[in-house]
Amino acid sequence: MSTLELLGFGSTGWGALLLAGAGITLAVTAAALAIGAVLGALVATAKLSGNRALKALGSAYTTVFRGIPELLIIYLIYFGGSSAVTMIGQSLGYEGFLGLPSFIAGALAVGIISGSYQAEVFRGAYLAVARGELEAASAIGMNRALRFRRIVMPQVLRYALPGIGNVWQLSLKDSALISVTGLAELMRTSQVAAGSTRQYFLFFVVGGMLYLVLTSLSDQVFDRAERRANRSMPSAMGT
Amino acid sequence: MDIAFLSSTMATLIKAVPMTLALFALSVASGCVLALIVVWMRVSGNRTLAAFARAYIFVFRGSPLLIQMFLVFYGLAQFSVIRNGPLWPFLREPFVCAVLSLALCTAGYSAEIFRGGIRSVPPREIEAARSIGMSGFLLVRRIIAPVAFRYALPAYSTEVVLMMKSTSLASLVTVWEVTGVAQRLISHTYRTMEVFLCAAVIYLVLNFIVLQAMAVLEYSLSRHLRAAPPATKP
Repeated sequence: MSTLELLGFGSTGWGALLLAGAGITLAVTAAALAIGAVLGALVATAKLSGNRALKALGSAYTTVFRGIPELLIIYLIYFGGSSAVTMIGQSLGYEGFLGLPSFIAGALAVGIISGSYQAEVFRGAYLAVARGELEAASAIGMNRALRFRRIVMPQVLRYALPGIGNVWQLSLKDSALISVTGLAELMRTSQVAAGSTRQYFLFFVVGGMLYLVLTSLSDQVFDRAERRANRSMPSAMGT
Repeated sequence: MDIAFLSSTMATLIKAVPMTLALFALSVASGCVLALIVVWMRVSGNRTLAAFARAYIFVFRGSPLLIQMFLVFYGLAQFSVIRNGPLWPFLREPFVCAVLSLALCTAGYSAEIFRGGIRSVPPREIEAARSIGMSGFLLVRRIIAPVAFRYALPAYSTEVVLMMKSTSLASLVTVWEVTGVAQRLISHTYRTMEVFLCAAVIYLVLNFIVLQAMAVLEYSLSRHLRAAPPATKP
């Protein structure tokens, strides 16, 4: 079979499946980034709070999840999550093994990892907000919530954007590891295509190229977002 | 918690630590050398070499390590030229494939880090060196390399820690390092949490040691940045 046929969209081609895989990769990464944003914001708040116990808890989270291999965390969530789901099932009277769906397990695992990086991004962004602006806001009588919404939030998002872009790229590449749970994302689809056609080289090169497309496209999206977020700012030297 | 199970798990996992360390040491060392070659091409001023280096960095930073590793492990074996070639006794070893792909990947990231270091060498220092007649390798050895390495070190230590974590992917090409052994234990015993805890402790300790070593290196290389010790009276 010719290369073109193998990659085409016909009944013997893998083109459609590979594109679908790329779509699932994007979806699971987006879900992970959202989970990570929530976790990251919580952990950053904990680390910035004056409370010692919370601070220690936040530091422990970022140290642990940035210090151990991504693959190990995926195994933990996938196998651990499945046994937790099975236990809940048994308590509800369902016999037998219940698996945690691999999309949810994968998004959760990559989300927990990206949360540990996003926490540092948010913390740095918060610390970059000028103290004087916060004082000024308090001085004219804004309460905490209003100050957070009007002063802190918009600036944190703007300062955090480049960091979030980096985390997105990391998560996109980490999402390839979810293939070990059997989720048919880009990595897994390339693997299955390579195995069943015995054209390993071809399909791993094509899979890799699709990842390159995803990473360079998202690079452009983040570039544009950054320019938009900074449109009211005086441009820095040399940019 | 079952202490007996934890300690037997820990003992099993610790037996796999030398494999993780071997993967780590070999790939960091060869990746560093490769990175130096790539960054030399990138800043050489030669258009073709710079374009090649740019492409290299783009490809290896833009795609997941796992797909690169599978490409090396499964993809190369497909060609009879390679299967009958002189390098086949090495390339059919999963360990060699794992080290090769780890090194190729980290070279892409490290080259960018080193380039950042080179860019932060003050141009005046280079001019001064040139004006007293240094050029070529002497200039690199005496002026550019020490300063650039010192600037690149903080980012490079992050990359080295990432490499320690990346060695876990070697388990997917049948190299039995810590994560691979942990996965096998989990699927035999179904005691995810305990096995995870033991493996996590091992990696945290390894990374802590690596970070401490890098911090010592950084400290010893920044003597000129520290405040001078108070002069002792004669």
